[in-house]
Amino acid sequence: MDDTQIGGTSGKFPVTRWSVILAVRSQDSAERARALDLLVAGYWKPVYKYIRLRWGKSGEDAKDLTQEFFTRLIEKKILESYDPARARLRTYLRTCVDGLVMNQDRAEHRLKRGGDAPHHSLDFAAADGELTRLEPAAPAEMDQFFEKEWARSVFSVAVEKLRAECAARGKSTHFRIFELYDLLDTLADGPDRRPSYEDLARQFGIAVTDVTNFLAYARREFRRITLDFLRQITGSEEEFRREAQALLGAARE
Amino acid sequence: MSWLSDGAVQRLRRAAEAPDLSGTRYRLLERLGRGGMGVVFLADDLTLDRRVALKVLDLPDDSGELSARLLREAHILARLEHPGIVPIHDAGTLADGRVFYAMKYVEGNRLEAHAAALASLPDRLRVFQKICDAVAFAHSRGVLHRDLKPDNIMVGHFGEVLVLDWGVAKILRDRSPESGSVIGTPFAPAENAPITAHGTVLGTPGYMSPEQARGDSAHIDQRSDVYAMGALLRLLLTSRSPEVVASDGTGTPPALSAVCFKAMAPEPAGRYASVVEMAADVTRFLQGVALVAYPDNLFRKAGRFLDRHKTAVLLVLAYLVTRVLLIILARR
Repeated sequence: MDDTQIGGTSGKFPVTRWSVILAVRSQDSAERARALDLLVAGYWKPVYKYIRLRWGKSGEDAKDLTQEFFTRLIEKKILESYDPARARLRTYLRTCVDGLVMNQDRAEHRLKRGGDAPHHSLDFAAADGELTRLEPAAPAEMDQFFEKEWARSVFSVAVEKLRAECAARGKSTHFRIFELYDLLDTLADGPDRRPSYEDLARQFGIAVTDVTNFLAYARREFRRITLDFLRQITGSEEEFRREAQALLGAARE
Repeated sequence: MSWLSDGAVQRLRRAAEAPDLSGTRYRLLERLGRGGMGVVFLADDLTLDRRVALKVLDLPDDSGELSARLLREAHILARLEHPGIVPIHDAGTLADGRVFYAMKYVEGNRLEAHAAALASLPDRLRVFQKICDAVAFAHSRGVLHRDLKPDNIMVGHFGEVLVLDWGVAKILRDRSPESGSVIGTPFAPAENAPITAHGTVLGTPGYMSPEQARGDSAHIDQRSDVYAMGALLRLLLTSRSPEVVASDGTGTPPALSAVCFKAMAPEPAGRYASVVEMAADVTRFLQGVALVAYPDNLFRKAGRFLDRHKTAVLLVLAYLVTRVLLIILARR
């Protein structure tokens, strides 16, 4: 299972709009497991990259600490002491990561954990590959680094969810146009070489107005999926709105 | 999962924020900025072939509360037809479910940038009087702005002054005294929204009256806007570029400082009772007569008399000096 299966294509987004904060406190173990899935989907890459860069951990240590962190979230009931009125969930989790790393005796920890602890299937190789593409962050900029990686992670989950939904609805062309127009340099990994609407119309044998409509559809759905996911991984409605403004409005603020 | 580059993340931010204008008469051009609970975009109105500014709710709104507030703002703008208040053209709901309204696109500068380049004091005061006219008009229609600040004042290329962003305006009464038209009734539940809503602090530090800062909504009236007008006047008097200061060379006249102090009195009772009264004091200053905020005494009267009749006084003085010299010479 690669990371695309975590929360994204698995269809495990709760149908209700309970935030993870409520879900992890649920008596229902299935509900708690789904909440953890959401948290892992949204946060595991930022957490892993943060541990690598902020704490200078090796890949192996960072993998162990990342696994340990998400296991503890549930086992140690870390989220029970979270108060949405006092901090954003994102900030709280990063502080918890700092605490975990500072207090952890890695060798002892690995011995203690043994083989019974649940493991999340995370694509650490992909995360390591991403790390090599990132600009090095100064220690003083770690807060911004974590926020930036969190945004990247949220959008990645939303893109994969959109891909799956479009495929299920027979709208793969919509997604493909969205991918070529809005995500192109994720494929080309170079300067912006986005095609024009006319190029896309020719490529798919459709009218330019169809390109406009397909793109509008995909973007509308992308926005909806992103906000749905964001609502679930934030601690309160107030925090959700602040995070949404920060996530979407940061393009030009 | 595909790697999202920084460039792709930025495009996705914009894609998710941009309004879905499909099915409307508008074509998106660019993002202009954020105002209150909405984001403002520049768009082409394809039907009338003109540019408009679209203010679009920037968040999902399951409860409908934010949509009601944005529509209420649109409704207030529609009722406040005045040359100093930005006119609204259209309002509705987009395909993505977000509420929007279209208004005149004003090209120009925000107040602070405009003021910095204005050389003469009378020019600054004329800009201030135009702001007073718009705010006083709104007050006469029972509407308080509650967030007057330089960012919400636009000065166009032809000197037109427009008060923007009525998103947190408060409606004091339902009916206009003159037209009898109903203001805000369709959106009554959201009319007098709480002092803070969804993280939006109502007002801006430096321009917000003490009663607003306390959240004392029961005691907010037009004197709260008077307080903000005092802060705007202070900005107009002090926000000058070094070049302008060098060419002007004068400081703020004490009479105008007194106007600012009176407008910004900590207690509403100490302020001007209305923006009209405040504007009248500024007019008195321009006319060289006594101000309510700066009452006359003998020295001020003499000073103003000298200011007003400088030439005549100099001529009389020259005459008297000449006479005295002639008398002295004649005695020798």
